[in-house]
Amino acid sequence: MRSLKPEFCRAGPCYASRVSHAPSLRNQGPPRHTLLVRVTHWITVVSFVALLITGVEILISHPRFYWGEVGNSGTPPLFRIPIPSSRATVPTGYGYVLPDQNGWSRYLHFEAAWALVLTGIVYVISGLWSRHFRKNLFPDPADRTWSAFRSVIAKHLRLAPPDETASRAYNVLQRVTYLLVIFVLFPLVIWTGLAMSPGFNAAVPWAVNCLGGRQSARTLHFFVSISLVLFLVIHVAMIFLSGFTTRMREMITGLAAASQERTIEDRT
Amino acid sequence: MSKISRRQFVTAGLAATAGVSSLAVAASVAKRYGFVPPDSGGIYGPGETLTYATQRLFARHSLAREFPRSMISKVPFANAISPLNDAFKRLQAGAFADWRLSIDGMVARPASYSLADLRSFPVRSQITEVVCEEGWSYVAEWTGTPLFDVLKASGLLPQARYLVYFSIDPDWWESIDMADAQHPQTLLAWAMNDGDLPVAFGGPLRLRVPRQLGYKSVKFVNRLMVTDSLKGFLSALDPKSPNFGYAWYAGI
Repeated sequence: MRSLKPEFCRAGPCYASRVSHAPSLRNQGPPRHTLLVRVTHWITVVSFVALLITGVEILISHPRFYWGEVGNSGTPPLFRIPIPSSRATVPTGYGYVLPDQNGWSRYLHFEAAWALVLTGIVYVISGLWSRHFRKNLFPDPADRTWSAFRSVIAKHLRLAPPDETASRAYNVLQRVTYLLVIFVLFPLVIWTGLAMSPGFNAAVPWAVNCLGGRQSARTLHFFVSISLVLFLVIHVAMIFLSGFTTRMREMITGLAAASQERTIEDRT
Repeated sequence: MSKISRRQFVTAGLAATAGVSSLAVAASVAKRYGFVPPDSGGIYGPGETLTYATQRLFARHSLAREFPRSMISKVPFANAISPLNDAFKRLQAGAFADWRLSIDGMVARPASYSLADLRSFPVRSQITEVVCEEGWSYVAEWTGTPLFDVLKASGLLPQARYLVYFSIDPDWWESIDMADAQHPQTLLAWAMNDGDLPVAFGGPLRLRVPRQLGYKSVKFVNRLMVTDSLKGFLSALDPKSPNFGYAWYAGI
């Protein structure tokens, strides 16, 4: 065993590091989630929660929504949210005004947005590079049918416990949902958010014009955010239903449960 | 865990050194070329710096959207203002004939203009949107004197970096960088929608900065000050400012 000592590394390929990959030494497969997926996941969680809280804070300074380019307290809203406002100029029907928290809320909203966007760029590039999306998220050809969808939905409705493969790999409903969140909802929420920035709109006017105007962008930003919150609620509920401790351990340490040592990457 | 080989250790060390030093270089270049906003300190500094640097790097000269006449809001919204002080009321009683706009600081020729003097400069009209950070907006036609022409007439000194502009309300001022101060759409507006600028909208004189949120468009402007430092004037540093707690750069 002397040959494993690091001194021998001088002579060429490092023996010690080569041996450490030998399967007999440690029965530890690749992680259920790669380090990059775990780190980007948790940065996204923190950013999203910050964006959600500050987004609500900003919203209560004008809980009315419009369609088109312009809208204000003097014009009819598309709809309004029946909550009090942090501004006395907004007709809410409530006899009081909430404290103004927009200063720090806006600072944090945009800083968290930067964290989310930069993390998202790293995640998407690495996911394409490592074929993570193709291997783990893009539905298998056999699953790209309505009957595959129906069977997964039926299983959920029957509250059937997940079988061995189902707990290791994502089913078609999960895959489509994750792809929708990553490639549709997040890009949309970033786009509609940017379309409210006067500086960005000066630089890229079509980005707001093609949405129907600034107030349309704001209304869409609200609905896409609601969709993301809906995803979050279901996502967290499913984690509780499918085993909170196991799922959390997988996303924090990467280690799969003892009974399912294979990574989801191994499935294909 | 596999042991880290010497080669990996050296590579990681070199990469880390290169990373840290390129960050340091980037930071000093950013400061040198004005990509760091004055409120870059504190926990929100990184986000603010990224926003400001990105827009100044890629969109320094972009123009705010201008709209057709048909899109002028029938109901523009005049946001609430603090009660007007006695000095304002006296000038208002005289139909603002004695309203003065002074310009001082880092200019070769400090000056003071009446509204009539300002009207003798080239006039610009533009139909732009007022966008409030609260979420609402309206479109109006603004007519006035481009700030750029007033700055040029006074002779900006080369060390000028910021413009601080004051309202007649002593607790109200704001500041912008030279990219926005010298921007063709930054307007000392004295008319709105074919009439004099109403008091509720900032009359007799409002500095319209259409590439930033409404709170940077200060109403009742009577003083411009050109400076190389915002120490003592930056809203985020001075709790007396109406903007206390709000981002300095409002182009988002």
